[in-house]
Amino acid sequence: MTAGAWRLVRLALRRDRVRLPIWILVAMAVTAAGVAAVVDEFPDEASRAEALQGAATSPAVLLMRGVPVGTSLGAVVNFRNLASLLVLAALLSTFAVVRHTRQNEETGRAELVGAGSVGRYAGLIAALVVACGASLVLGLAITLTLLGSGLPAAGSLAFGTACALTGMAFAGIAAVSAQLFTGARAANACAAALVGVAYLVRGIGDALGEVTPDGVTTAWPSWLSPIGWGMLARPYGEERWWVLVLPVLLLAACVAGAFALAGRRDLGGGLIPDRPGPATGSLHGPLGLAWRLNRGLVYGWVIGAAVAGAGIGSLGATVRDAMTANAGAVKVINQLAGGAGGQLVDVFFAAMMNVFGVLAASFAVQALLRLRAEEAGGPGEAVLATAVGRSRWVAAHLACAAGGAAAVLLAAGVAMGLADAAAGGEEGVLTMAGAGLAQLPAALTLAGFVVLVFGALPRFAVALAWAGLVATIVWGMFGDMLGLPDAVRDLSPFSHVPAVPAVAATPGPILALVGVAAALAVGGMALFRHRDLAP
Amino acid sequence: MNDAISVTGLIKTFGSTKALNGLTLSVRTGEVHGFLGPNGAGKTTTIRVLLGLLRADSGTVSLLGGDPWRDAVRLHRRLAYVPGDVNLWPNLTGGEAIDLFGDLRGGLDLARRAELVDRFQLDPTKRCRTYSKGNRQKVALVAAFASDVELFVLDEPTSGLDPLMEAAFQQTVREVRGQGATVLLSSHIFAEVEALCDRVSIIREGATVESGTLAELRHLTRTSVAVEANGPITGLAGLPGVHDLVADGSRTRFDVDAAELPSVLRHLGKFEVRAMTSHPPTLEELFMRHYGQKAAS
Repeated sequence: MTAGAWRLVRLALRRDRVRLPIWILVAMAVTAAGVAAVVDEFPDEASRAEALQGAATSPAVLLMRGVPVGTSLGAVVNFRNLASLLVLAALLSTFAVVRHTRQNEETGRAELVGAGSVGRYAGLIAALVVACGASLVLGLAITLTLLGSGLPAAGSLAFGTACALTGMAFAGIAAVSAQLFTGARAANACAAALVGVAYLVRGIGDALGEVTPDGVTTAWPSWLSPIGWGMLARPYGEERWWVLVLPVLLLAACVAGAFALAGRRDLGGGLIPDRPGPATGSLHGPLGLAWRLNRGLVYGWVIGAAVAGAGIGSLGATVRDAMTANAGAVKVINQLAGGAGGQLVDVFFAAMMNVFGVLAASFAVQALLRLRAEEAGGPGEAVLATAVGRSRWVAAHLACAAGGAAAVLLAAGVAMGLADAAAGGEEGVLTMAGAGLAQLPAALTLAGFVVLVFGALPRFAVALAWAGLVATIVWGMFGDMLGLPDAVRDLSPFSHVPAVPAVAATPGPILALVGVAAALAVGGMALFRHRDLAP
Repeated sequence: MNDAISVTGLIKTFGSTKALNGLTLSVRTGEVHGFLGPNGAGKTTTIRVLLGLLRADSGTVSLLGGDPWRDAVRLHRRLAYVPGDVNLWPNLTGGEAIDLFGDLRGGLDLARRAELVDRFQLDPTKRCRTYSKGNRQKVALVAAFASDVELFVLDEPTSGLDPLMEAAFQQTVREVRGQGATVLLSSHIFAEVEALCDRVSIIREGATVESGTLAELRHLTRTSVAVEANGPITGLAGLPGVHDLVADGSRTRFDVDAAELPSVLRHLGKFEVRAMTSHPPTLEELFMRHYGQKAAS
């Protein structure tokens, strides 16, 4: 049942020999940059204490960052970077597990391999070994980076271990997800959504935490989240090592579940059998096809944005109460909002809207990469052999991505406005909907960038598209915190969107961004028209 | 009448690999043209150039009187394509995929669609992810043949079909030919090409090595003869044009060049022949000869 697993591990490592090292190098870079930024910005204990004091009283900051665990250098690095590194570790192993299990089954590779002297469970074992191994290397790399920056050993070890074990727990979750869905995209979406839920649940627990003179105590929801566990281990703040048993237990439970499910189902099958569908179709034109291919994705993102928007909107009142002339919180929030002044609660909402702008851009990138999937080994060739021009084909997908991004932002804005109104706030639904849409041009710029790389370098389109998104986030949202020069920050579209509702929307930057987006997309389409199809 | 497809001196390179090296192809309007070659000879690359999916490095390519790269969309309205490796959308049903392709091509004959679904015994309510290779192929075939077009470009369209479906396919090709359509049929199945094709082009390493009707191709080659007589047949080995002679008592088998057939028959007349069979070379034998190996002798 397990024969051949070792050979499949080597095959998986061979396939991932570029991808996994890049993930790990990015994690090391984020860690090193985080330490450098803290050292630079808050060189002494007093400045750190002041900043954290302010942050601790702001539920919004706690929601995004977690609770502070102390005022030492390491503790602030924890506050600044641990949550995002835990998410990174979780996504790394999620994608790795699905890539080496369900994706192989969907493409038929597993069938070819399974016909060799390879056991039923070998593929699953290999995927888990690779994902868990990569998580351990990731944790080790982070620990060494922290030690190299001169931080205490115990905290550095706890920090790296938390990342490693969180990655392993999500490897288990992804292994179960890969058994449930017949499509790799669906399995990835489910597991990645659980990463988001885990982050959000932890955020709620931290935001509801009780403020005491010694700091903030985390509320119970954090204990339900695997990402919460990593933070509850409190690296650099009286480490609670025993908490790290929880992700190991979750991994064990998920692995047992995944094996039970794998033993019960057919190769390529899921738990939900396929039912017959319509014998005739009602899809019309490339737009009808593109919408059909993207609609599940759009629905998922819109619902997610509405739920998250409502959650954040309901915090408006708390923010109003909590942020009474608190210098530290004002500083952090202002940085998140890109330095805009104005009413504090407006700045808070603007900062949150910026996050939704990035999420809408992520959606647009994901939706547009469908073009590449259709071209490479998909039905794209057959579609382009019909009377559908290449530009029309790309434009149909672009329309779905742009419309979907607008819907995501609108859903977030309206939900935020409604929840704020329900909690007694006065932002107004229309204002918040407008604030959401103000982010759209930045998301569209990313969409244009994806079309450009798809037209120019099809074989690298997927890597370049995601790299572009990550660079945008790092430059635009955390540029101030990382101390990047303005010239570099300005490369990110997110540093140009007006921080509505903190400031009024001005047409200048919006029109400029839309112009850039259109130029990128038109250029990408022209390049695509003039190149060979690259299967 | 103009040629439906006319290709001369076609060159296409991928990096350092020369996929097509001066390929020539001419398909007359209204004919079924067989397109043969071993794996990697450049058949699919040629077809992709003909569909405007790849751009020719040099050479002239004309399809239905237009340039497939420049006029792709206009020309695609007049042709239907069945890829060798049919990829469909896993969550659409076969019926939805057929109608979608029809819609994208500019319309579908619904009565014809129903007839073909029935003929190919396709269940159009199943999701594409559950189809076998053969069934995915049927989806592409129904979508193509239910379109009212002038040209069918078929890239190994029957590689996953069973013999019954192969017969249905041949019947369908004859029908569209009867209606005046042109068919370019890339295939590995010699019986299918022999049964359907008016003319054949054989390519090798990106260049055309032979092109013409089956009769023309055979003319250049040998006939296989098996003779049974009352005694051994002597003197054959000395005759010009006789090859691969195997004498086994009263039975003799040999191949003979078409040009020398009359003199060989005169020689055989001197013996008491009890039985004799002869058959022209099969396409398979022609094909194998072009690749340096003997067909099973």
